[in-house]
Amino acid sequence: MKIVLLLLQTIVIVLLSPLVSGIIRKIKNDIRMRKGASVLQPYYTLLKLFHKEEVVSEHSSWIFRCTPYVVLSSTTAASLLVPALLPGVSLDGMGDFVVLIMLLALGRFFLALSGLDAGSAFGGMGSSREMFISSLAEPVALLSVFAVALSRESTSLNVIGASPAIYLSSLIAAVSLFIVTLAETSRLPVDNQETHLELTMVHEAMLLEYSGRSLALIELASHIKQIIFFSLLALIIFPFGQPVSAGIVPVFSALSFYAFKLLAVGFAVAILEVSVAKMRLFRVADLLALALAIAVIAVVVSALGL
Amino acid sequence: MNQFPLSFSLLLDPLSVIFLAVIGIVSIPSAIFSAGYLQGAYTRNKIVFGGVLFCAFVLSMAAVVVARNLIVFLIAWEVMSLLSYFFVVFDEHERSVKAGTIYIVMTHIGTAFIIAAFLILYAYTGSFDILAVKQACVTLPPDKKNITFLLLLVGFGTKAGIVPLHLWLPYAHPQAPSHVSSVMSGVMIKTAIYGILRFVIFTLGVGEWWWGNLVLILGSISCLAGVMYALMEHDIKKLLAYHSVENIGIILLGVGASMMFVKLHMQSLAVLAMIAGIYHLINHAIFKSLLFLCSGSVYKATGLRNIEKLGGLIKTMPFTAAAFLAGAMAISAIPPLNGFISEWLTLQSLFLGALHAGSSVKVLLSLYAAALALTGGLAAACFVKAFGVTFLAMPRSEKAKEAQEVPWSMRFPMLFMALLTIVFGLGAAPVITFLTRAAAFVIGVDPYGMSFTLNNFTLMPQYSTGIFLSSPLIAAVIALTVLVATVTLYFIYGQSKVTRDRTWGCGYYNLDHRTEYTSTGFSKPFRIAFSFFLRPYRKTEMIKDTSYFVKSYKYEVYTTSIFKEYLYKSTLRLVLKIAKTLRRIQPGSIHLYLAYIFVTILALIIFLNR
Repeated sequence: MKIVLLLLQTIVIVLLSPLVSGIIRKIKNDIRMRKGASVLQPYYTLLKLFHKEEVVSEHSSWIFRCTPYVVLSSTTAASLLVPALLPGVSLDGMGDFVVLIMLLALGRFFLALSGLDAGSAFGGMGSSREMFISSLAEPVALLSVFAVALSRESTSLNVIGASPAIYLSSLIAAVSLFIVTLAETSRLPVDNQETHLELTMVHEAMLLEYSGRSLALIELASHIKQIIFFSLLALIIFPFGQPVSAGIVPVFSALSFYAFKLLAVGFAVAILEVSVAKMRLFRVADLLALALAIAVIAVVVSALGL
Repeated sequence: MNQFPLSFSLLLDPLSVIFLAVIGIVSIPSAIFSAGYLQGAYTRNKIVFGGVLFCAFVLSMAAVVVARNLIVFLIAWEVMSLLSYFFVVFDEHERSVKAGTIYIVMTHIGTAFIIAAFLILYAYTGSFDILAVKQACVTLPPDKKNITFLLLLVGFGTKAGIVPLHLWLPYAHPQAPSHVSSVMSGVMIKTAIYGILRFVIFTLGVGEWWWGNLVLILGSISCLAGVMYALMEHDIKKLLAYHSVENIGIILLGVGASMMFVKLHMQSLAVLAMIAGIYHLINHAIFKSLLFLCSGSVYKATGLRNIEKLGGLIKTMPFTAAAFLAGAMAISAIPPLNGFISEWLTLQSLFLGALHAGSSVKVLLSLYAAALALTGGLAAACFVKAFGVTFLAMPRSEKAKEAQEVPWSMRFPMLFMALLTIVFGLGAAPVITFLTRAAAFVIGVDPYGMSFTLNNFTLMPQYSTGIFLSSPLIAAVIALTVLVATVTLYFIYGQSKVTRDRTWGCGYYNLDHRTEYTSTGFSKPFRIAFSFFLRPYRKTEMIKDTSYFVKSYKYEVYTTSIFKEYLYKSTLRLVLKIAKTLRRIQPGSIHLYLAYIFVTILALIIFLNR
């Protein structure tokens, strides 16, 4: 039963993830008084890319070819750890939150390598910046979830998701985790998904050599990574999960509640993205240092038992 | 002195056995590797000499971990240090001699501290036998215990390369031939951890709460400083040597946490942290020696250690590249390889300790965990740089272009070690079951009733929190997803059509190795963000043809070692100053010396006839 629910949840997450990006883009366009593309645009893009043929650099190696699959599978594996849609349903036998961070590191490691693989300066620049930002974001993510885990007595996301209480420390930790989310999902003010100006892009620069099916796989993985972080935030801010009983109505209500949570986080991200400018790369270090300070405060508050 | 207690009996307990196993696992592949590596690079006599030295070196390390007598331990320890010195100066050029001098001075300072600690132990216990000393140590007064601990920590810390005593390590390890670097980094510095486990925790017994905290602080500083210096390095072997400093720090985080938990009366957590420390020690031995062997292969094939001149080796040296990739992933704690398991265990023991300790300790332990996470992120960045610049894209020099894969006698050891990184990652559960006994033995608790299998990760009942880790499951899920994605895409869209073409260069189609991203460029964001620690400075030189046209531009960037600059240089100045003052009593006048002798004899006569 649990396996079926888990499979179902994973399929929903994977299929839903491009929609979240589409909705955020739509909200942003609405705020800017633009018409914008349909919320389904990410799906159209993916389907188009799956059809297209690939151009691969003649300097690249097998690393470049296998990276899309490694990135997609490690991100999907990470998504299995989050009891996102249905409380209590996650592959917690595989690991806890720390494993989630390390699984994402696996995908990033290969992505950064393939950025260097084609021998283009853009790719190398993207890899360097991506590793720079993520290495600073990683301790913040860990520390903020530690703060949450300390009050819930476990780093297992299943246990964290099952506890219904709201702690002050969790709310503070959510702030720092939100900043990490911006960094990890290449959102403003850390990175800009909309630009293709070589000097400002980070994540996109790394993918510059990818095309066709490989690009589609990596983009899908980015969507999944985004939904993972949103679900984590939702798990911490709205800990109202009830174990679902079998039946159409409870599952449907769980689904709609999950959709509401994702929308809330997505809305916050969209509002933030239209209201701030992109930071210089070295200011990002300051932003993440701030996030680290907030996470330390969250740990201190959590140690006080609040 | 008829009762001078020198016995050659051995000590083979769970702790020694683990270290003996590590010595074996690392030394045997390194020895096989050396056959191909030394071939052609040195004269025949020197190769034979090197082989004999290597065997003696390995034996001396084995003697260190099985010695039951403090004197025998010291003799083995000194023999080990001296033999490794010969390897540091094996190449006989100026750089190696300098590195060797730094090494031999530092290691003897360390040994002096160890001897001092042993003498204190002997003075209070009246025995040189480890087990007898252990029994007598129970009644050792606390202040003596503290002093002995600090002496041992400095002594063994020098050998282990704890920051700020790490100075010799990045000089000495890269100078030795690669198969010896592999043993030095993989095993020799671990004997210092053995010393800490054996003499501080096992023999002396953890005296106070702050001992563990001090070790944790030193561990965090070592891992952060080590990885930051490694990021700035372009010499592949020096980079790896700095990573040894980092990993010693991670091992110490486990050991220090264990020491702290013993004093906080959390026995099962102490065992868990100790398991994490020892597991990381084994893992580091495996992947570090693997990486050193790979760097040796690269050096053999190209004659280069500077990664800025390498590149594209994945096409000419596919086996070395694959082995290096395994090592790089393992050291960056990437699942499901072995480094991931031990870093996870370390993080988890810090977290569980924080969960059950008082509030100030909670914050402290969380900060150590954050330091470890930052280290992991930076290490991943460093190995993306090391692997990417060395093996990917286009070769940056003629030598790199002409590289040939090394012979099978060198490939086998590398592939074997690469396989071990996978085995120790996937087969973590039985390893941990085995390590539980050793860890409990070191701390001196009964492991009965504590179960730490990794597939079903449970602590003692009061600590059970539903935390699991299963590395085979992770591997299976990843493999399954890859399979599902590939098969689905194949059935819907068929085989992917792939065209090979040039790299996109904004319409400029003569990209060559000069437009590739360099290692210096890759690490620049880190250099700037951590400039408060790295103190970078640069030298630029511009030669102009006319006032408009620049003929050549030279750019050099350096970082300052703040430890060397502020700690060592000032100490050295002080020592030289004292030496200069003392020199006045030795002016070279024979009359004065006769006067000294006369005064001394007089003093002795008065003293003895008192």
